[in-house]
Amino acid sequence: MKQEIDTLLQETIERLATIDKAKDVERLRIAVLGRKGTLSHLFKKLGESPAEERPVLGKILNETRVRLESAFEEAKSRTTSVSAHSTALDISLPGRLPYLGHLHPITQVSMEIAEIFQRLGFEVVEGPDVELDYYNFEALNIPKDHPARDMQDTFYVTDNIVLRTHTSPIQVRVMEKQPPPVRIIAPGKAYRCDSDVTHTPMFHQVEGLMVDKDVSFGDLKGVLTVFVHQMFGADVDLRFRPSFFPFTEPSAEVDIQCVMCRGEGCRVCSETGWLEILGSGMVDPEVFKMVGYDPEEVTGYAFGMGIERIAMLKYGINDLRLFFDNDLRFLEQF
Amino acid sequence: MLISLKWLRSLISCDASPDEIAHRLTMAGLEVEAIEPFHFGLERVVVGSIQSIQQHPAAEHLQVCKVQGSGGILDVVCGAPNVAAGQMVPLALDGARLADGAEIGSAEIHGVFSQGMLCSEKELGLGEDASGIMVLDSNLSPGTPLAEALELDDLVLDIGITPNRADCLSLVGIAREVAALFDLPWSLPPISLKESGPPVETLTSVTIEDPDLCPRYAARVVQNITIKPSPLWLRQRLEAQGIRAINNIVDVTNYVMLELGQPLHAFDFHRLDGNRIVVRRAQANETFVTLDGQKHELQQDMLLICDASHGVALAGIMGGLDSEIAPDTNTVLIESAHFQPTGTRRTAKALGMSTESSYRFERRVDPEGVLTALDRAAQLMVELGDGELAAGCIDVYPVPIGQESIQLKVSKTNRFLGTDLTREEICKHLESIQLKVSTAEEDLLVVDPPSFRADLSREVDLMEEVARLAGYDRIPSASPMARLASAKPAQDQVIRQQSKQLLATHGFCEIVSYSFISAQSVDLLRLEEDDPRRRLLPLRNPLSEEQAVMRTSLVPGMLETAARNQRQNNFNLRLVEISKVFFSRGAEELPEERFNLCGLLSGTRRPLGWNEPAESVDFFDIKGALEALFLGLGVADIRWADTNPAPYLKPDAAACLFLADSCLGDLGEVHPRVLEDFDLKGPIYIFDIDFDLLMENTVSLKKFKPLPRFPAVNRDLAIVVSGTVAAQDLLDYLEKHRPQYSESITLFDQYHGKQLEEGKKSLAFRITYRSGKRSLTDLEVNEIHTAFGQKVIAAFQAEIRS
Repeated sequence: MKQEIDTLLQETIERLATIDKAKDVERLRIAVLGRKGTLSHLFKKLGESPAEERPVLGKILNETRVRLESAFEEAKSRTTSVSAHSTALDISLPGRLPYLGHLHPITQVSMEIAEIFQRLGFEVVEGPDVELDYYNFEALNIPKDHPARDMQDTFYVTDNIVLRTHTSPIQVRVMEKQPPPVRIIAPGKAYRCDSDVTHTPMFHQVEGLMVDKDVSFGDLKGVLTVFVHQMFGADVDLRFRPSFFPFTEPSAEVDIQCVMCRGEGCRVCSETGWLEILGSGMVDPEVFKMVGYDPEEVTGYAFGMGIERIAMLKYGINDLRLFFDNDLRFLEQF
Repeated sequence: MLISLKWLRSLISCDASPDEIAHRLTMAGLEVEAIEPFHFGLERVVVGSIQSIQQHPAAEHLQVCKVQGSGGILDVVCGAPNVAAGQMVPLALDGARLADGAEIGSAEIHGVFSQGMLCSEKELGLGEDASGIMVLDSNLSPGTPLAEALELDDLVLDIGITPNRADCLSLVGIAREVAALFDLPWSLPPISLKESGPPVETLTSVTIEDPDLCPRYAARVVQNITIKPSPLWLRQRLEAQGIRAINNIVDVTNYVMLELGQPLHAFDFHRLDGNRIVVRRAQANETFVTLDGQKHELQQDMLLICDASHGVALAGIMGGLDSEIAPDTNTVLIESAHFQPTGTRRTAKALGMSTESSYRFERRVDPEGVLTALDRAAQLMVELGDGELAAGCIDVYPVPIGQESIQLKVSKTNRFLGTDLTREEICKHLESIQLKVSTAEEDLLVVDPPSFRADLSREVDLMEEVARLAGYDRIPSASPMARLASAKPAQDQVIRQQSKQLLATHGFCEIVSYSFISAQSVDLLRLEEDDPRRRLLPLRNPLSEEQAVMRTSLVPGMLETAARNQRQNNFNLRLVEISKVFFSRGAEELPEERFNLCGLLSGTRRPLGWNEPAESVDFFDIKGALEALFLGLGVADIRWADTNPAPYLKPDAAACLFLADSCLGDLGEVHPRVLEDFDLKGPIYIFDIDFDLLMENTVSLKKFKPLPRFPAVNRDLAIVVSGTVAAQDLLDYLEKHRPQYSESITLFDQYHGKQLEEGKKSLAFRITYRSGKRSLTDLEVNEIHTAFGQKVIAAFQAEIRS
């Protein structure tokens, strides 16, 4: 009996040494240690052995079981480790990757902005890139001989047709078509004949407009505060600063705390700690009159922002022109 | 607008730091874009005291001076004729930078080591005098930085003035704002006039023929004046604010303009024919030479300041060459006038001119400030040019410009701003910027703005002033109210977005390229003369030839992008763009704008990998990309035809897409000649699709079909046909004559080669049979399948491949 036990132990350990697959280890374990396995068979045989030998044999059997269990444990961990498969499957080799597609960062940021405002009940609308002077300027309270036209370098097609210099004409087109209330945002391309390190002749804007009874400047502050906090983080400070746009009154530029230095002052924010990100204001009564809204009945706010600007701040992009070079090494980062 | 802080502080005693002043101005709508030190070029230039002078041992015209500077005594070699012991002079030390940019360093000059340089006015950029070294006040102490000694150390605020705030285009305007923001008193410089000459009416006269363009014209005459350079303090103030000093008379006109905001002009009185002024519109074909020597062809709506016979100044823009102040000018007529803004702007624009003067008149100058500025200029000219001022002034102002009172409701203001301001607070804010406010009723104020604030004419204008003076940061933010029934996004935006996503899923990178292209692009694409893509919309003022017309195709931008990437060694390209193209509809019509979709493939089919064969993409990769997109969008019934593909594609590797009867676009391999023109390495595959047309045929609703309950049986059918038969023709036939129980027919193999007869090919189809009611038996499927095979063979004179 003792002979049998020793042989089982020795043979099992020898066989384990030659096995390199986890499932073979398991198969052997069941054959030896399983409910109907060899060891269990030997335990049964214990009852048939002489009574005086039983305590000794029982002890040996129990010790053998412990040793076998630990031998299987060891073999199991050996066969499931990576190195065991060096000749079969090296799972550390890189996987078979397809080409990964990327949406342009302008598209991504534009979508993100749109989603924030859509959650606030704004509808996304679009308009033509080539626009009548009337919609781009006059209906926005910028008459032909107004110095405010100097604020924008315009591409002209004819005297009356321009490439829109901002997405604001969409406001006018929407208000002409529908009575208040209005709650829209309008993303799109805009054009100005200016090209240098900080200007490209084409760029992207998102325009927003809300018109209803009793919309106040406080509402404008509220909605833009929500936007900034969702876009840049709830801990980012912002400030509203008086400015001038012909189609809003009062007008405000919105600055956010510099995302690079957290307001400490750095090169990006010209040491001011603030970054200008959008222009806004209460819709000028003249604009309402142009579209046939009664400025005594409704008020509203409008805002507009450059998408490239937002994207540059969000991703830390330092050169505007990268957006339009479309270098794969740039696009693949987003 | 540049503002000298020193000059500003001479009008208002404000102790706040420059940063604090800048902050308050910025938060009140006058954005301070920068605070710059002025005259930083004088760093390391100090007052030097010349102790003694010795002849230079080796150079006759040079002298060696012992100069006491900030430290010990320095040896400085100097060639100036006026150098003398005992003088206080500017001493440029090691590392100082001269006006022309040259840096001073110790150097050996003909054997003598010079430890600095003694400088002239011109070398320091302080004036035009280059005849000798600049001699300073002998009371100065040696070693004092020169900027400090000359009181030139100043800070300049660069303030962005918005078009509505013309009143702030002057020192006084900014002083008024600072006074309101800091609640401080301020004062105009006192003006006192000594009128020692004859009555002005005996010398000259002014006639306004066109008061619509020139509502007011005032003049004074200063006689026996001496033309000379202005004193340094005046030159310094001008130059701190970016204006070059010329002579005492011209400088005074500029000085007063910067100070009070009223542009002035000084005429050489004796060069005015008839010694008088006539303000009239230009005549047809009249020409005029401005003092910069430019000759201008005038139009009849342009206002001209004339003497008895001809033009002497373009009103409000620039004076004439013939009457400008010259070194021998003896008598000056000073013009202080009010020119109508849009008239000035129209003329300046038409002539392509913009001057400090026109800039201000275009934005409107205070009509009631005309005389103050005139008197101020007269006073300074008398003081600085030793002139005699004629008694009295001429002031032609036929119809005074009035301003109407504005009514302002307190409750409405608070509702509009979202504030809770009291009537008293609102009054206080408005009065702080010199508005006259009276209370008409409990809730109603009547406000009279001053003459320099023409931008205030409506109730809302006053509300803005209240908001800005109260501080935007003190207006509470309201929580936004979301409308529950929010609008559904427009279908076309959704599909565009979905398409971008689908293509990105297939490994495409989205690009965004310019909407304008070169007019030659359509030639490079070899488009036919009658191709609609030749309906180009040209820009009138393009930035360059490369961006001269609006694009009618996304292909040129796509190919240029690919070329740019290849130059950066990016050869594995999978690019896509969905953007607008523009087709001209004639000069006075807005163009037709359509969204197009353009994609490009080049390089390897899969990224470099350890077990990837480096296979190049081919026609079926780009076709597959489109097919995947169509499947994703639910567009069915696309037809592919090899007739008439786009001319920029290789004719034998290109196809047109049809949706119903409309051509949707093209795809294929780019023609080698086009590759060459765009500087590209091929092969390159491209597609260009009318996306709007595609979108109209997109199925937006997906419909569920119950899953089949019975098993399918697959049978393959390999048919040997003539090589000229298109797979599509066979597929069409099979679809049309679908056998009973067939569920789907898929082309899974094409073969031509050794095992087949020359000119033949084999196409293999897998047909899946299934019944919705029961399991099919092999026997019945075999029967159907064999019969179907025979039918196809007969139709195509083909044979079954075994």
